[in-house]
Amino acid sequence: MFNKTVARLTYKALLGRRRALLLCALPLLLIVVAVAVRLLGDVDDDVTKQLLGGFAMATIVPLIGVVAGTGAIGPEIDDGSVVYLLAKPARRSSIVVTKLLVAIGVTVVFSAVPTFVAGYVLNGDSQQIASAYAVAAAAASVAYSALFLLLGTVSRHAVVIGLVYALIWEALFGNLVPGARELSVQQWALTLAQKVGGSGAGITSEVGTATGVTLLVVATVGGAWYASRRLRAFTLAGEE
Amino acid sequence: MTTLHIDHTSRWFGNVVAVNDITMDIGPGVTGLLGPNGAGKSTLINMMAGFLPPSTGSVTLDSAPIWRNQEAYREIGLVPEREGMYDFLTGWDFVLANAELHKLSDPAAAARRALATVEMEQAQDRKISTYSKGMRQRVKMASALVHDPSALLLDEPFNGMDPRQRMQLMRLLREMGDAGRTVLFSSHILEEVEQLASHIEVVVAGRHAASGDFRKIRRLMTDRPHRYLVRSSDDRRLAAALIADASTAGIELDWNEKALQIQAIDFGRFTEVLPRLAREHGIRLYTVSPSDESLESVFSYLVAA
Repeated sequence: MFNKTVARLTYKALLGRRRALLLCALPLLLIVVAVAVRLLGDVDDDVTKQLLGGFAMATIVPLIGVVAGTGAIGPEIDDGSVVYLLAKPARRSSIVVTKLLVAIGVTVVFSAVPTFVAGYVLNGDSQQIASAYAVAAAAASVAYSALFLLLGTVSRHAVVIGLVYALIWEALFGNLVPGARELSVQQWALTLAQKVGGSGAGITSEVGTATGVTLLVVATVGGAWYASRRLRAFTLAGEE
Repeated sequence: MTTLHIDHTSRWFGNVVAVNDITMDIGPGVTGLLGPNGAGKSTLINMMAGFLPPSTGSVTLDSAPIWRNQEAYREIGLVPEREGMYDFLTGWDFVLANAELHKLSDPAAAARRALATVEMEQAQDRKISTYSKGMRQRVKMASALVHDPSALLLDEPFNGMDPRQRMQLMRLLREMGDAGRTVLFSSHILEEVEQLASHIEVVVAGRHAASGDFRKIRRLMTDRPHRYLVRSSDDRRLAAALIADASTAGIELDWNEKALQIQAIDFGRFTEVLPRLAREHGIRLYTVSPSDESLESVFSYLVAA
């Protein structure tokens, strides 16, 4: 299922150009904020939770997910170069799975890892808060990558739609409107943080663990499946 | 030996019919797909390349359908018209990646051979983003040739190439046709097609307008009635003299244009008769211009024929 050539092309596309700058800037910002907070005052578990939950999980992870997920396929579809991948006797599902794995890898490296580093800087993983959020960020990375990869195969405006979803739904409604929280990758992933976090950490999620994990799996598998379908029926419109 | 069959194929986009009930077979040798812009050439090539399903009818490679049939790409090489091609790679990386995606047993050797065929070894280690239009076109060719396909589809391959690059690509395509490959390229320029293709298929406004060798197509094109707009010192007398000659079929005194609209049915004779009659009658010619030399009107005449 894994195609080394597709993987090479995808990560070169993702880590080249301006995208790499964006991918580095966001986690760097998170760590700078964590260091600043640490230096400025007393950091307790609550402050750590607020920064990791309210900033890392709610903003950084979905944003990196948008950049990596849509970037893994969207630009190729936009400029037509995806034709070179598709005019080959290769399974469409293996192209999608490979691209998804690369997008997940990039999202984990640029969001889950910095989340742990920021948490560790803040309170040294007390109550396993840093680990808990890092695990949740990694799980969210998987689902976001699949959803935004799918979005890249469906719409030319994948980045804009992805940003609207990430910033308005996940960061704003996800924190304010109770109903929206249940349909949020962030909340599903937080069920894992709840499990990993210490008893005193008090990390909460809107959904139960079983529901959260099921929805994460459904979103990931469903996204990958539908993206393969889209590629199987990829058309060039021609000169008209 | 591979033959592409297009059988009673139509393709529409919403209300627009891009390809209208076309039937043609593309066999070994070089075939030119000729037609004005927007005639449906790209739509046809996209269907043959498996990137567009026909609305009705069938498009097959020998007997296998091409749409949603990835195995067809073992036989087909495609040179798309669009420019997008992983600009951040070097030419070598790009062609090698194409060879690997074909799962060839020795991708590096295949890439080396393909780049040599298009004479791009010198520039193969430069990034594609630094290439000229002609170099990009050649690297695209190399990527399409890397798996030694029996059918090669090229969409407007000569667009933006300078004359030397054009000659080089023509020579290459001619060699491939001579070697028994099925080579199909599209173009809206008659001279290009005439120089290269042993067989021509003409498409106009989605319809199959003509089919044959270039002599037949050329004759169809020059034998058609030509329209001319002529201004002179005495339009009426000139009109009277011209209509008496067998080379014209109709003349109109166009009051808006203050000119004659002449329909010539014998092109060669008309071009010789017009200045002679003007001289004999002491009439000065101010304007002589063909009014329907656009490719579009040449082609639409073919459709009507």
